[in-house]
Amino acid sequence: MNYVALRMLTGDRAKYFGLVFAIAFCTFLLENQTSIFANILKRTGNQILDVTDAEVWVMDPKTEYFEQTKALKDTDVARVRGVPGVEWAVRLFKGGPVARTSEGKFAASVLIGIDDATLAGAPRKMLLGSWERLREPNSVVIDQAGYVLLFPGEPLTLGRALEMNDHRVTIVGISDVPAPFLSLPVMHARYSEAIQFLGRERTQLSFIIARPAPGITPAALTARIVSRTGLRARTTFEFMWDCIRYYLRNTGIPVNFGITIAVALVVGTVVAGQTFYLFTVENLKQFGALKAIGVSNGRLTGMILLQALTAGTLGFTLGTGMAATFFEITLRQLQTRGIVLMWQCVGLTGASILLVVIVASVLSIRRVLVLEPASVFRA
Amino acid sequence: MIPLTSITDPVTDPGLAVSCRGIRKHFGEGETRVEALRGVDFTARAGELSFLVGPSGCGKTTLLSVIAGILDPSGGDLTVLGERVDALSARDRILFRRKNLGFVFQQYNLLPALTAAENVAVPLLAAGARRPPSLERAEALLDRLGLGARAGALPATLSGGQQQRVAIARALVHEPRLVVCDEPTAALDHESGESVMELLADNVVRPDRAVIVVTHDSRVLHHADSIARMDDGRIVNTTRPGDSLPAATQRST
Repeated sequence: MNYVALRMLTGDRAKYFGLVFAIAFCTFLLENQTSIFANILKRTGNQILDVTDAEVWVMDPKTEYFEQTKALKDTDVARVRGVPGVEWAVRLFKGGPVARTSEGKFAASVLIGIDDATLAGAPRKMLLGSWERLREPNSVVIDQAGYVLLFPGEPLTLGRALEMNDHRVTIVGISDVPAPFLSLPVMHARYSEAIQFLGRERTQLSFIIARPAPGITPAALTARIVSRTGLRARTTFEFMWDCIRYYLRNTGIPVNFGITIAVALVVGTVVAGQTFYLFTVENLKQFGALKAIGVSNGRLTGMILLQALTAGTLGFTLGTGMAATFFEITLRQLQTRGIVLMWQCVGLTGASILLVVIVASVLSIRRVLVLEPASVFRA
Repeated sequence: MIPLTSITDPVTDPGLAVSCRGIRKHFGEGETRVEALRGVDFTARAGELSFLVGPSGCGKTTLLSVIAGILDPSGGDLTVLGERVDALSARDRILFRRKNLGFVFQQYNLLPALTAAENVAVPLLAAGARRPPSLERAEALLDRLGLGARAGALPATLSGGQQQRVAIARALVHEPRLVVCDEPTAALDHESGESVMELLADNVVRPDRAVIVVTHDSRVLHHADSIARMDDGRIVNTTRPGDSLPAATQRST
């Protein structure tokens, strides 16, 4: 009877494609919106994850997230280094100077100042040049998106000049760093130079990044730093999640995306669920005939579930393909780079679709189970 | 005329396919209660084409549904093919129906997505048979009923008469011992209806199989081996070919 169930499902092509596309559209909407939401939030912690050298971030207790920092004292570096279990600890500056080109184009940017001696925290993925050239005076490494923003339509070239806070700096490398939350150019310079490129505040030590000695976990080290220095210390992943939580708590992003996702969920599921429910209701006469012939309720339930799962699987696969194609296209755009179809969103959407399909099936099955087989004798 | 009640034991008499004694059926309760069957006595014998006739709303289809085991009687004794169907559990009744009964509906109720042969094979598939041999058997039966060339056609492409032939083939494919037909000619023109009735009389009735036909169509009554006339939930008389019909009953058909 599985064959009969599948033929009943696919027999009316218009209804069948309508059902599959309703589920596919619902899948696409959910995967698309949840992935964009998750990726945008993930961007808030991208600059933290990009510093692969360090596992522990130390900051002022009032600093809540990466973008907004309260400066530490220069002596705090020594205090952190003095905590047992610290293998090394170096300074990290984060500022937002305005960079100008000789053509007059300008843009606020994210400037990361890394330790002069070790260059810990430098971008490791370079498209052009080398991060080691940051040792040259007045040099910066700029990310590709920032370069394109400041020099639109021009090929990637080293040696071009920028002006920041009356300082002329030279681009010695072009990096491929993950996009920040705001699509600003991301630049790296040595700490001693970076503070000059901004140069407004007396103390400018934003973060201290550190690595635990062998045998000590990052979490254990953060606890030690907190107890010994009174500073705030977080592991890389803790700090990334701090940033995500900050944006969730303090911005309209979750509400706006939440509304969009809720609308997608409601519209998609109602359309998909109702289409399947109506599909079964329109076939009630056929199910009644099968009941009269001697097909048991259990078998009919199995047939409806098979129809629902088949349509659900096809629709979900098609919708996921559409979402994957969408993200494959946007992934190649500089502005939307790094926004990918997340497996967690695919899983969440799959669970939602399964739930919709099961609810629609249960409602449909209920109609079939209470159907009086004698009804087929009525013209 | 044959007696309204069978004098033989319905359980032990192999020739007695259906025996209804004092069958009652009501729908609803209180003010909405409707007495559809008011103590029906009815018999159908194997090897015969038994007709149930009567005006609309007289209870013919309700009685057919009770005999087929898809409606529970409210009272009375019902024996079908030697089984007390009303005493069977719901599951056993489904199994009994699947094995022993064939159905022909007024609106054919063919599955529109299946070909004629696939529709015919449905009772075999429902019983758990594999698809290839079921289809072979269905095609052979369609061939025997003169529809071999249309075995691969969808119901929508068949005429009403052809669809009813497919429905009859579906009712026969699993070799049931009782075939119940609800207004099998109602949706057909006279010629097609006559053709369907000839098919039922010539190909469906067998010594070991009874056929019960509910109909309004007085033009096909000459095919009957027995005719039970119903009115207001009761059998008012039962006649056999050659018996003269009371005028009042003739009007009621």
